[in-house]
Amino acid sequence: MMIRKFYYGDIPEDAGTGSGSANTEVKSSKDWPLWEVFIRSKQGLDHKHVGSLHAADAEMAIENARDVYTRRMEGVSIWVVESQYIHASNPDDADSFYEPANDKVYRHPTFYQLPDELSHM
Amino acid sequence: MLEQQFQSKIDNEIKIEPKDWMPEAYRKTLLRQISQHAHSEVVGMLPEGNWITRAPSLKRKAVLLAKVQDEAGHGLYLYSAAETLGFSRDQMIHDLLTGKAKYSSIFNYPTLSWSDIGAIGWLVDGAAIMNQVMLCRTSYGPYARAMVRICKEESFHQRQGFEILLTLSQGTEAQKAMCQDSINRWWWPSLMMFGPKDSESTHSDQSTKWKIKRKSNDQLRQEFVDMIAEQVKILGMTLPDPDLKWNESRGHYDFGEINWEEFWNVVKGNGPCNKQRLEARNKAHEEGRWVREAAIAYAQKKAERTKNQAA
Ligand SMILES: [Fe+2]
Ligand SMILES: [Fe+2]
Repeated sequence: MMIRKFYYGDIPEDAGTGSGSANTEVKSSKDWPLWEVFIRSKQGLDHKHVGSLHAADAEMAIENARDVYTRRMEGVSIWVVESQYIHASNPDDADSFYEPANDKVYRHPTFYQLPDELSHM
Repeated sequence: MLEQQFQSKIDNEIKIEPKDWMPEAYRKTLLRQISQHAHSEVVGMLPEGNWITRAPSLKRKAVLLAKVQDEAGHGLYLYSAAETLGFSRDQMIHDLLTGKAKYSSIFNYPTLSWSDIGAIGWLVDGAAIMNQVMLCRTSYGPYARAMVRICKEESFHQRQGFEILLTLSQGTEAQKAMCQDSINRWWWPSLMMFGPKDSESTHSDQSTKWKIKRKSNDQLRQEFVDMIAEQVKILGMTLPDPDLKWNESRGHYDFGEINWEEFWNVVKGNGPCNKQRLEARNKAHEEGRWVREAAIAYAQKKAERTKNQAA
């Protein structure tokens, strides 16, 4: 018998009682869309991305977000946005995309050499 | 080249994010591990849910309900993390319901008495926490973030479990016996949660190289034994292992051999409750179908109405 190592939460599929319906694609127009959830943890702070969930509409997404992401008073305000409307920069282009900021050290306050006597600046 | 860049990110402790390039095997390993982890949280609600209506007081009911609700949340965080790897939620649920996907074998054991709820919180959540604390530093960003969130919630689970046992351990003779009985039944399956012994590996340890996992099964298991062997003293109870004893030279507890035959049997689907658990999940899924369909129909109708009003 070939022994294969697996980890907690990582059991090889072949060790199981598969019912043979492997790899059948499940696709249904009845799927609830995916939403990204943003939460303001207290007044004065930005909303921060906390995770995602499925819901039929925005109202349900907000209620579900309350139930899963604010069970311990982690938030005072919730934003949800359907994941399909999020546009993202491409990580493969990161080097060239952020290149313009590379050689502009003068944007940082430490670039300027000023006398030590100068205070409050 | 891409593979080298990927590995150097891992070596430099830079997290991998969903849109970054990753080897197909890394993606597949994560997908399997995270989805199984999610399924474990979901199926894990069943043995405990079994006692919600029978918990001995309103306080215990409220606590158990909150704990089980947390586990549902953990399932959600993990399904979301797995979805970032390009696998649909419906597909994962489908794989669970058809028995294709696996979940932690511990949840195929029955909860026979109230004290089992205590033993689960203390031992099963305790073992899960050791693993999950390690996974907070796993190399895949969404998985690590889900773990941080989960770990924050887990410590209440373990404490409430220990408190249940502590109360029983200070009770009548019958309550003490019930407490000891639960510990006896849950101890070995809890040790099995860490998986096979390291020495049984014939594969190079890719998961460690990719920093998906940072400690070995045996290492985690030993840490767990060392922790529990001390905590059990506070309960005035014993662990059902005659070989358990402190080893001065190793600085760890020695413990007896795990029954690996039982372990593989449960993994292969022949545990005491495998069938029951899958049936319960399938039943819940089928009975919830009309709710899911009604919700989407309602959302569509509402969207149309808004559109018509605007026109
Ligand atoms: Fe959990
Ligand atoms: Fe838990």
